[in-house]
Amino acid sequence: MKVATRPMLARWMSHGLPAWVQATPYTLVFLLFFIIPLGLIVAVSFWDATEYELIPAFTPKNYINTFEGCSNLAEPCVTFTTYLSTLKFCFLAWLSTLLIGFTVAYFLAFHVRSTAMQTALFVLCTIPFWTSNVIRMISWVPLLGRNGLVNDALLTTGIVSQPQDWLLFSSFSVVLAFVHLFTIFMVVPIFNSMMRIDRSLIEAALDAGASSWQILWNVIVPLSRTGIIIGSIFVITIVMGDFVTIGVMGGQQIASVGKIIQVQTSYLQFPLAAANAVILLAVVLMIIWALTKLVDIRKEL
Amino acid sequence: MGEKRGWGYYALATFFGLFLLFLYGPTITIFVLSFQGPEGGLVFPMRGVSLYWFHELFKGIGVVDIGSAFVRSIKLGLLVTLLTVVLAVSAALAFRKRMAGANTLFTVTVASLIMPSIIVSLGIGLSFRLLDTGLGHLFESAGWEDLRASFTTTMGMYTSALGAQLTWTLPFGLLVMFAVFNRFNPAYEEAALDLGASPWQTFRHVVLPLIGPSVVGVGMFGFTLSWDEIARSSQAIGDLNTLPLELQGLTTTVTTPVIYALGTLTTIVSFIVVFLALGAMRLLSRKSKAV
Repeated sequence: MKVATRPMLARWMSHGLPAWVQATPYTLVFLLFFIIPLGLIVAVSFWDATEYELIPAFTPKNYINTFEGCSNLAEPCVTFTTYLSTLKFCFLAWLSTLLIGFTVAYFLAFHVRSTAMQTALFVLCTIPFWTSNVIRMISWVPLLGRNGLVNDALLTTGIVSQPQDWLLFSSFSVVLAFVHLFTIFMVVPIFNSMMRIDRSLIEAALDAGASSWQILWNVIVPLSRTGIIIGSIFVITIVMGDFVTIGVMGGQQIASVGKIIQVQTSYLQFPLAAANAVILLAVVLMIIWALTKLVDIRKEL
Repeated sequence: MGEKRGWGYYALATFFGLFLLFLYGPTITIFVLSFQGPEGGLVFPMRGVSLYWFHELFKGIGVVDIGSAFVRSIKLGLLVTLLTVVLAVSAALAFRKRMAGANTLFTVTVASLIMPSIIVSLGIGLSFRLLDTGLGHLFESAGWEDLRASFTTTMGMYTSALGAQLTWTLPFGLLVMFAVFNRFNPAYEEAALDLGASPWQTFRHVVLPLIGPSVVGVGMFGFTLSWDEIARSSQAIGDLNTLPLELQGLTTTVTTPVIYALGTLTTIVSFIVVFLALGAMRLLSRKSKAV
């Protein structure tokens, strides 16, 4: 053994570490904390369990329990309504972050002229990303609460006669928080795509007599496609699995798929939680697959 | 794009300004409200100005000891920072060479980045439970009664939670390093190697100074993401919570500005780290340009 390792070490000293050695610690983290856990989730979703013990088995019980009553269309089951509500939040958050994120990126990339200003404004957009999400959620309380600034303003201007309760701990505040927290995931990749667009293409379009709208729609949007898709994947996967934002901003009253998994896990109902995780993963993968197809279809047109 | 700014520019600039207000406005409100007087509440008006709620904070909120959660989070954050920097930079160096399985490793990295965090957290929590059960059986069958009796769990801040946070910070670290090496001119290190520098000398004296600012950036990602991490560590934390996990629990129970004081405190820590990192990045990139 010693004889074999000595020349190897000597070679590493003179030629540098081989790639696989440099990548091993990184790979091990993902093997131990990502690949194996995912494999175990799939396996345990078919296991049986008592109140204090997991029993290795191969039973579809957990999946059947999850979809219990779902064949009755007149009265949708919990799983179905929860997915529907999560998808609704997902769609609203995706649409809002896309529109706002695209506009912000477009302004930064095409309307701010100096590079220094561009960098400064871009960093200004990203700084909140590095601060706490929960703090940013509760920072809406003094604004949207029953006695908050918005209600004060609405009451004094006489627009409403009573404080509005739908502003906070509601579906509205959940979507608002999603937009507040995750628009940055749209801005960064779309801005990145826009900065790679060859400016001479825009000059050419201008020379050919295109209006600003035509340039935006026929040149900039198609060429920002990669950024739009990457941003969309980020926002959609985060919102589909979210339980923190929906929990805090929904006043712990609104259901979501992520919250179901979290509650089941905290009650140590691992097989059920695992089955739900597998279903969520399947849904998320289908959405991502559809999004990437969207790219291919447009390429073929 | 023309010479004169049209109305489109002003409309977009206004939109951008409103976006910044939307981003920063709420945080500024709780920053102000955290200095409420002792009689003040969760909303305006301010009833005096004081540091009362910061004093209250360090007395502890109910059963939650903020001071020790704060220290725990700082320690974990520093460890995550160190590991993120070392592992991501080392892996990025490996990706520059020919490596079997490079595509698979990259796919896993991206998958980890976009995987819903609750799934990762559940998986890690589950793995450690099964490990605990397995170890329990092992101690029993080996007849190690003392060990069996004293053993509780392998889950904890520096095992499962650390791993959970790394699945979130490492992909960011690797992607930042990828962006750097894509624009990296290999001529400098080739020159150093040609002049007889060892691979380590080349890395230490040529490559590292050039990528230095970005390495600081990776570290900043490591710390700030760990400092605020909830979703991935939530099911994998063990007995003692980090500060953000305590904070998340407090949002439903605390009804005084003490929670704003906590918010101001954690945001200040994030800001200090971000500004130190941005400052160091500027300094380092100026230095490497001057050489």
